[in-house]
Amino acid sequence: MGRYVARRLLQMIPVVIGTTFIIYALVWALPGDPFAGRCGARPCPAAYVAEMTDKYNLDDPLPIAYIQYLGNLIRGDFGETFQGLSVGEELLRAYPTTVKLALVAIVFEILIGIGAGILAGLRRGSYIDNLVLVSTLVVVSIPVFVIGSVLQLFLGMRWGIFPATVGSDDSLYNLILPGFVLAALSLAYVARLTRTSLAENRRADYVRTAVAKGLPQRRVIGIHTMRNSLIPVITFIGADFGALLGGAIVTEGIFNVPGVGNLIFRSVTSRDGVMVTGAVTVLVLVFLLVNLLVDLIYGWLDPRISHG
Amino acid sequence: MATTQAGIAPRPDQAGVTPLLEVENLQVEFRTRDGVAKAVNGVSYTLHEGETLAVLGESGSGKSVTAQAIMGILDSPPGFVTGGAVRFRGQDLLALPDDERRAYRGRSISMIFQDALSALNPVFPVGWQIAEMFRVHEGLSKKDAKQRAVELMEQVRIPAARERAGDYPHQFSGGMRQRIMIAMAIALDPDVLIADEPTTALDVTVQAQIMQLLADLQRERNMGLILITHDLGVVADVADKIEVMYSGRIMEQAPVHDIYAAPAHPYTKGLLESIPRVDLKGQELSAIKGLPPNLTNIPAGCEFRPRCPYARDICKEQRPPLAEVVPGRFSACHFAQEVLEGDIEPAQQ
Ligand SMILES: Nc1ncnc2c1ncn2[C@@H]1O[C@H](COP(=O)(O)OP(=O)(O)OP(=O)(O)O)[C@@H](O)[C@H]1O
Ligand code: SF4
Ligand SMILES: [Mg+2]
Repeated sequence: MGRYVARRLLQMIPVVIGTTFIIYALVWALPGDPFAGRCGARPCPAAYVAEMTDKYNLDDPLPIAYIQYLGNLIRGDFGETFQGLSVGEELLRAYPTTVKLALVAIVFEILIGIGAGILAGLRRGSYIDNLVLVSTLVVVSIPVFVIGSVLQLFLGMRWGIFPATVGSDDSLYNLILPGFVLAALSLAYVARLTRTSLAENRRADYVRTAVAKGLPQRRVIGIHTMRNSLIPVITFIGADFGALLGGAIVTEGIFNVPGVGNLIFRSVTSRDGVMVTGAVTVLVLVFLLVNLLVDLIYGWLDPRISHG
Repeated sequence: MATTQAGIAPRPDQAGVTPLLEVENLQVEFRTRDGVAKAVNGVSYTLHEGETLAVLGESGSGKSVTAQAIMGILDSPPGFVTGGAVRFRGQDLLALPDDERRAYRGRSISMIFQDALSALNPVFPVGWQIAEMFRVHEGLSKKDAKQRAVELMEQVRIPAARERAGDYPHQFSGGMRQRIMIAMAIALDPDVLIADEPTTALDVTVQAQIMQLLADLQRERNMGLILITHDLGVVADVADKIEVMYSGRIMEQAPVHDIYAAPAHPYTKGLLESIPRVDLKGQELSAIKGLPPNLTNIPAGCEFRPRCPYARDICKEQRPPLAEVVPGRFSACHFAQEVLEGDIEPAQQ
């Protein structure tokens, strides 16, 4: 187990280096003058260009510049944007909001997704089952920005049940609506996965054994059937959490959530290379770590999987 | 106590004693998209304490479905019991509401299955699965239940039982897994144990060990044992009587040694001739030709007729009832007497 984790952590090193190098190269190799438009309408003063060129090692060949960047990263220094903002601080400011938003979304996936899936799976062919099937199909076939804008319009603006935008106040209450929108697609998938998995397991031999043991129905379903049925569901939700921590550009955009998705979007449009590379590096790391965690949870849920 | 429904005479064997288990005219059907499959069509048998009843028959003859109906674990839908009675010490289980019926499972009647790997829950330790019987049925604490589980594992001869109680089903060999199933099934000291092909999935040497274990446990605990199998060779040593099933019905019922000496039904005769025998090594096995009838459309007359070498005209028109041939022996064949005495020639076709 310990060795498994160590091996996985070691495997991450080349992945992180590879992805950050690609991002770094893409950002700095973009055609055009990186200083264009930085200093208002006039071209930047020579002194400023010289200073910046030196600061970001722009005269060095790409690999050398990258290695210097990587060295700083390892020391925990994410560098500064052209405006002199600390990338590390900006990320620290935006990240908690994204984490909160992801947590709200995951809670929706668990409560509504698993809940609806269980109701449908236990009563295949019933009214509630059909309701779940149809509504999940609808959700899956509508693009997120449409769902988001419609909910924002009605729940937020027309009826004023939830705040329409988040702005600087990222309280949990403000994040309910964007969290739900962010969860919508996965929620539908979770409901269907739970339903199928449950229906499959109900017919399993070990469930028949549990009945033959004289166990009460609620124990047969609540413990024996459920424990097995939820393995793929929990694994999916875990992986989805990893993806959500990467920030949600569309949802954060619609609801003006000050998270990493928003930060990256702004940095890309303003060609702020240092910010983009820094943010993406963090996202890659988080994604890899969450996936490792999911694999560990999977092994713990299903003893047949061994992490030898 | 044994109440008899109109038209069905009580069995003459051990008359007057309330049997441990009495299955009477049991009928089960599966309502599927392809039609109604009549899987069990009027099966009756009795089981007494300490007795071993072997149920034999080809695949699809309704052996498992009968057992599932007795246990109350049919897949329903599509399976439904449409008639008959299952009496445990005189109490008809089919007439009980679900929660009262549940009290009999595991405590009065237990069952073990062919494939212990899929029959055990893959995500719980085996000791936990055995201990669950004591925790749920007897309200024992986790610790006490675990202790009892380990003792049971020792009784079914699992080496290093205490250390292995925390292991999961996939970490055991097939034979050990079946022992765990057995330990779980006998945990509450049931009166009846139904073993549905308990050795089919195992190696020959392991098969013998499991059969031996079952026989020992049955003797120690004076259980009634219903042993389902399609292997006539397996039952010769352990069974007291045999029920031969075909197309959801009992074709022949007799004490085990009588059947081996001289079958009273052409189907049994065919089964016996299909056992590989050492003295006939090298010769071709005479497996019964043809297939059992389609259960959604069982033809009139004798179900075995299309495959029966002795079939005559009457077999096409009338379905032979299960009737006594000689005292203690029953056969559902118009020519049972002749078959028993070897006094019939195959029909010329
Ligand atoms: N879940 C089910 N759904 C539909 N039909 C079923 C189901 N289970 C059993 N049957 C029907 O009942 C018939 C008898 O099945 P059963 O399992 O009792 O056979 P068996 O005698 O135990 O055979 P085997 O030796 O293969 O175990 C089958 O042929 C099948 O048509
Ligand atoms: S009744 Fe006729 S067809 Fe059926 S088993 Fe006897 S001889 Fe064969
Ligand atoms: Mg079977």
